[in-house]
Amino acid sequence: MNFALGVLSVMVASASFIGSVTLLRIHDLRTGRILGQKEAELAERMTQLKDDTRKAMLKLGFNVVILPKDQNLADWYSDDYASKYMPEDYVHRLANSGVVTVRHFLPSLQQKIDWPERKRKIILVGTRGEVPNLHKNPVKPLVQPVPPGTISLGHELHRSLGLKVGDKVELMARPFVVQACHKERGNKDDITAWIYLAEAQELLDKKGLINAILALECLCTLDALPQIRKEIGAILPGTQVIERGSRALARAEARTKVETEARIAIEKEKLGRERLRAARERLASILTPVVVAACAVWVSLLGFTNVRARRVEIGILRTLGVSARHVLLMFLSKHVLVGVLGGALGFGAGLLSAVYFSETLEGTRLWITGTNFSGPGLLLASVGGAAALSVIAGWIPTVVATRQDPAEVLREE
Amino acid sequence: MLEFKNISKWFDGPQGVVTALEDVSLSVSPGELLAVHGPSGCGKTTLLLTAGALLRPNAGQVSLDGQDPYGQNPEVRSELRARMIGFVFQQFHLIPYLTVRQNILAPSLAMPAKEADQRAQELVSRFGLDDRAGHVPAQLSTGQRQRTALARALLNKPKIILADEPTGNLDEGNADIVFGYLSQYVAEGGCVLLVTHDVRAAAHANRTLQMVDGRLIE
Repeated sequence: MNFALGVLSVMVASASFIGSVTLLRIHDLRTGRILGQKEAELAERMTQLKDDTRKAMLKLGFNVVILPKDQNLADWYSDDYASKYMPEDYVHRLANSGVVTVRHFLPSLQQKIDWPERKRKIILVGTRGEVPNLHKNPVKPLVQPVPPGTISLGHELHRSLGLKVGDKVELMARPFVVQACHKERGNKDDITAWIYLAEAQELLDKKGLINAILALECLCTLDALPQIRKEIGAILPGTQVIERGSRALARAEARTKVETEARIAIEKEKLGRERLRAARERLASILTPVVVAACAVWVSLLGFTNVRARRVEIGILRTLGVSARHVLLMFLSKHVLVGVLGGALGFGAGLLSAVYFSETLEGTRLWITGTNFSGPGLLLASVGGAAALSVIAGWIPTVVATRQDPAEVLREE
Repeated sequence: MLEFKNISKWFDGPQGVVTALEDVSLSVSPGELLAVHGPSGCGKTTLLLTAGALLRPNAGQVSLDGQDPYGQNPEVRSELRARMIGFVFQQFHLIPYLTVRQNILAPSLAMPAKEADQRAQELVSRFGLDDRAGHVPAQLSTGQRQRTALARALLNKPKIILADEPTGNLDEGNADIVFGYLSQYVAEGGCVLLVTHDVRAAAHANRTLQMVDGRLIE
């Protein structure tokens, strides 16, 4: 009975320690999972939003226009094309520069002209297709190049002129084959004709010149027009940068806002969990020593009771010549056994109670696993600590036992 | 073997000093059973405990096989007791949760020996306890308990047995058995100091002394 009570009290002490440690570890594990889940959800949401933004931007087309520095923007806005020119080489300098804030470089030469053969005012665009950014992974071009000797026509042009793909036309006395007839877009594209850039330069007498470079703002630098301007300004000092496409940008801004808010929410959650952990740690740091001390006192009292109950036995053994040291070892070994058993049982009880309390406090059950829980180490600590506790608590009663005078016991008996 | 020279022992009690032994001198030699008779409270048990290196006298000198046990430290005294003395008590003083065989083996805790198990088995057989070897004291008769106590006293082949009223709780038949074993031990060269008020002991003793108020009378 005495032995069982001793094991029970050591078990309670050990369970309170193991329970506290495990409860905190479960808390950490749960925190990790909660934050991980929120991070994963955010990442998934951001991927979706990024994809949405990218699609929107792609639908919108190029949203950055690089114009000659001396271009009057009022004219550009009213005519929708630049009246000033810059070297075609600029696009190569840009593509080779390692610029990260923009991509999809499309050089063009645009001018409103009379199509003498057809007696129509058109916008002539000379283009040569996208120049790849040599410092980024290649991406699918937004527009396909117009091959030399061919012409692509806006909806209004091919419809009103009755032209179709494969027809032969003349533009400023140069023959072209209709390469594409575009669908209605409801903007100036409908009265635009696209030809190969070099041919446009010849027809417009602007050899080696362009008047715009279209580009797509990189998603990695949202809300960063000043940065784009700074970066392009450093590469192409004779240019200015205009940003278009507010819808896509608004979406990108919303995406950034969502991310910021989600990050704040995660930080709040993290802070809340940290505060909760600190509170639990405080409670454990008070409760565990109290329980352990109470159990130690109880083990000590049981030790005294045991020594008292075995008084005659100790007296007889001492009479038979068993030394005080031997009696000490006998009692201490019993305390070690009590500690080892209590520690092992307390380990199990502590784990189970931690899982139970964690479930009660947080609503869901969470088992600790080998990766985040040092089972053998903790078991060793529990058993070793419990044995030490039992021996320390039983030390005084044991010393009392060894100091018992056998002659006194025998005389009294 | 055992010699007392002018041993005195007194205790401080609530009503003053109580003298238990007063100027006691005696000796017990190998092959001798010395019986000390006396009424209860005359100092017999004190005499035995003093002889057993358990109770230091206030005056005089004890010699056990030529050694003064009280001149040794407690550890050596324990070893001396284990090696040289066998104790037999009126109350048997068996350890209640140990079997007969384990009780007989108890002195080997103090003096482990390879042959202890074999010796215990011999004693179990010699004292007619074969069919009780696995029983605990509560399952034994009083005679069997005292035989177990005797067997325990003999495990370490002591040079002297100190017996305190060994027949006090026994009927005549069992008392005779106990005296028989003690006599046999003496005949084999051992010596016994027996304190008792049982007059039957005289028949088995080589010498008898009377004790009155802590003094020995021939």
